Amino acid sequence: VHIDKDLVAASATPLVLAILAEGESYGYAILKRVRALSGGEIEWTDGMLYPLLHRLRRLGYVTTEWRTPPEGRRRQYYKLTDDGLAVLADQQRQWDTVTSALNGVWRGPGGLLAAVREA
Amino acid sequence: VSVESVESQIAEWRAYVATAPGVNGHDVDELEDHLRHQIAELSAVGLAPDEAFLVAVKRMGDLDALSREFAREHSGRLWKQLVLRGDDEPARAAGGWLEPLIFAVAAAVVVQVARLAAGFPDEEPNWLARNASLFVLPLLAASFARQRQLDTRRWVLTAAPFVLAALVVNLYPYETDSATEVLVALDLPVVLWFAVAYPYMGGTVQSHERRMDFVRFTGEWFIYYVLIALGGGVLMGLTAAILEPTGVDVERIAEWVLPSGAAGGVIVAAWLVEWKQRVVENMAPVLSMLFTPLFAVMLAGAAVVYAVTGLGGAFDRDLVSVFDALLLVVLGLVLYGISARDPSTSPDWMDRIQLVAVVSALALDVMVLGTMIARIGELGFTPNRTAALGLNLVLLVNLGGAAWLSARFLAGRSRLHRLERWQTTYLPVFAMWAATVVVILPPLFAFD
Repeated sequence: VHIDKDLVAASATPLVLAILAEGESYGYAILKRVRALSGGEIEWTDGMLYPLLHRLRRLGYVTTEWRTPPEGRRRQYYKLTDDGLAVLADQQRQWDTVTSALNGVWRGPGGLLAAVREA
Repeated sequence: VSVESVESQIAEWRAYVATAPGVNGHDVDELEDHLRHQIAELSAVGLAPDEAFLVAVKRMGDLDALSREFAREHSGRLWKQLVLRGDDEPARAAGGWLEPLIFAVAAAVVVQVARLAAGFPDEEPNWLARNASLFVLPLLAASFARQRQLDTRRWVLTAAPFVLAALVVNLYPYETDSATEVLVALDLPVVLWFAVAYPYMGGTVQSHERRMDFVRFTGEWFIYYVLIALGGGVLMGLTAAILEPTGVDVERIAEWVLPSGAAGGVIVAAWLVEWKQRVVENMAPVLSMLFTPLFAVMLAGAAVVYAVTGLGGAFDRDLVSVFDALLLVVLGLVLYGISARDPSTSPDWMDRIQLVAVVSALALDVMVLGTMIARIGELGFTPNRTAALGLNLVLLVNLGGAAWLSARFLAGRSRLHRLERWQTTYLPVFAMWAATVVVILPPLFAFD
């Protein structure tokens, strides 16, 4: 499925926050996780992840730290804050509402999915 | 294909990315780390190193778009190179030197015409002092409105405060030697400076990032203006020394050159901030780093001395003005310090020193307010006391909020972002108080 670029942009923040809720991480690993979660369907321009991460940091949703892992290069790790967790919970509620509304209209009796299947 | 050739390709890519506006050294490190991960992974699935490099670079995305995203997020880094317009599309500031020069000359001419009409300095009519800022700042606002290519509606909104101000200060029937008239002369430049903020921000007043840009602009403009004034002073001094023996009337030359120079300097300094920023870019943070500790020491000392001796005896109107000027300077330093700070770093010793300065200023402000309220209770309200009381209250709330938020920031319980927001949210309060002094205070005190 090709996913519309507005939808990709809108889902970027909750996706990144949710991934960081699993534990601290760094840019490339976050991007890999996004690809894995979406089965490669959500295509991000790699570089764009960083301005987004920096915005989350400015807003206080994540903290950052430069560290050198045992084997590897010095890199910046991002960690979710309590503020970030609160925003994530809020975003989750919003997306739940939207998806359940869409599901209701698509899967319900006489819904779009039924119509598509019949066609 | 050798590994070295990929290494050199990465180095070239790195150098190229580093030239993008809005991208700093840490960002390049981060992006390079990402690129290397991607290359390693692609190589692991069988791509040749140089192919892996090409794919990884492609996935990274178009550098222009990337740079624009970074610029949008870190507007502080490149606010001087790029000007974000109302629709948030970055546009390079269209920059010839001819246009600012025309505006500067226009300001110089307007001031000169007004001076001749007033017969200054032989005569010193009050309307000249009242209107002084109205001769220059509308031109500055117009030059920004032109550069930002504002639409007609925004041009009208830019002009409105200037027209209103001109009507108010010239139609009010001030009494002779009235205190409100002096207050208007002092506060109108502040009001109009905030009016310049509107076209400066491209007609977007809501954006807190643009407001912070305007704070930076104000700080750097001030530094440039002082530099220009110092240079002009040296020039005038030398001119006087050289021409004195020939019998030329140096005073008459100064009458012509000084007002025009002061007016044109306002525009030239603004233009320098906008386009020739390289020098100040390095100097302004250094200056604020140098003076914040010095002011912190001075304020803490003063707060202790006054807490011990009490304000009572030494307190008069002149001292209130000195205190207010001092508090405003501290506020300026703090504001500028925040705006020049990299928001991503954790609290350091500069933040602690800044907190010392703010808390000392707060203590001084509380003492001034206490004395002032006692005096008003004793002698009643006058225009001067009301204006001073209002200013001190406005400062008290600002400093109190700033002290609270920066203490929380130092304790790791809040983000710098909150502190920035507090200050940018508070800016209109200053504008509103100055406007109150100009518009409401005179009729309230019967133009006395």
